[in-house]
Amino acid sequence: MSEPSTEKAHAVYKPVTDTPDCYLRPGEDEQTPLDYPPYKSSRLRHPKQPLVFMPQTITEITGPQLGRERVLGELDNDLTRQHPGEPIGQRITLTGRVLDTEGKPLRGTLVEIWQANAAGRYRHRWDRWPAPLDPNFTGAGRAITDDDGRYSFTTIKPGPYPWGNHYNAWRPAHIHFSLLGRAFVQRLVTQMYFPDDPLFPYDPVFNSVRDERARQRMVSRFAMSASEPDWALAFEWDIYLRGPGATPFEEAL
Amino acid sequence: MIYATTPSQTVGPYFAIGLPWPEGPHAIAPEHPDAIRITGTAYDGAGDPIADTLLEIWGADPDGRYADLWEHGGPATPGFRGFARFGEEGGDGRFELITLKPGPVRVSEGIVLAPHLDVTLFARGMLRHVVTRIYFGDEAQANAADPILARVPAERRETLIAQPTENGYRFDIHVQGPAETVFFAV
Repeated sequence: MSEPSTEKAHAVYKPVTDTPDCYLRPGEDEQTPLDYPPYKSSRLRHPKQPLVFMPQTITEITGPQLGRERVLGELDNDLTRQHPGEPIGQRITLTGRVLDTEGKPLRGTLVEIWQANAAGRYRHRWDRWPAPLDPNFTGAGRAITDDDGRYSFTTIKPGPYPWGNHYNAWRPAHIHFSLLGRAFVQRLVTQMYFPDDPLFPYDPVFNSVRDERARQRMVSRFAMSASEPDWALAFEWDIYLRGPGATPFEEAL
Repeated sequence: MIYATTPSQTVGPYFAIGLPWPEGPHAIAPEHPDAIRITGTAYDGAGDPIADTLLEIWGADPDGRYADLWEHGGPATPGFRGFARFGEEGGDGRFELITLKPGPVRVSEGIVLAPHLDVTLFARGMLRHVVTRIYFGDEAQANAADPILARVPAERRETLIAQPTENGYRFDIHVQGPAETVFFAV
């Protein structure tokens, strides 16, 4: 601590245990590009001006705590038990940990998922391709991570589905994930894929991540040991959000 | 850094199945006496409204306090979530969020952040989200001293200033085009 005036200013905003005062900044080439011509919808929906560098202030290193408001019921993380009957499809369990890039688990953080049904159809008015809806499947789930940063879902394996990006375009099977983390800058929306999907080479969304190892970080692994006999196959997927970085706000100004 | 981050992927066209909820757009109850409405439209590079946007805001309360895990600045206004999420598909692209107007935030000796909200925008066609900030048109003096606005080329600052309306502020977002909004690398 230095002189009293500085101490007073910091007393308000200087954290508190275990909260970083700045977060890692991935370089532009380490992130999924905003402009990726093979994905046609990106053409009119990416900024053309360069992004302006922003030193992280208190607003970026804090973030909302939505958990208790969004996860209301015990079955929020079981997508197979939200209706009177069971959905059609292959029942799976999906578990993993939410960690930062230092390997530190994020406890009590909200994980939101949404997905197509086993036939590859979303319960959404814009999804009109001729695959059946399942009256027993909505396709949305929510979970809060435990003390080890672990989340867990029971669902059915979604099917691949066609889309209009190019001739005979099909999306590999995937589950959408949304994470808030603890800080505004940790926000992540992504898609989790299943191992060995034969559609990978043809999908511009998957391949918008140019680095092969980075793409593999979006692919879950099959876990025989976690599979439940006579009940469900298991997949595991860990999610890494941005961790502590190197340049606190005042030094960056 | 030991591990690399999980890459981002687009929110896609069907996020309404999982992400919006009825109270989501309200960072504070709409009947709160100090509630303000922030309305606007996000436009694409052809000047057309983006009808499937997911927009989130995060910011301090009128006293500069954050409703985060550590309650930075002390406990925030009761009932204030600090965060709001608007997600609609198939509308006219117009969004509406209800919150409290944030106060200035003193981060250290001589550095005061002008009232602002952080904004995260997702949409089909965006492989990762973009980040911008809302500043307020009736805070010219504070805006002039804000260290983040100072980094924005003067001729583009106007894209970050929400204009007062009858019951709040209007803030349009242009993802691309001649009036392209400033987006930040954070």
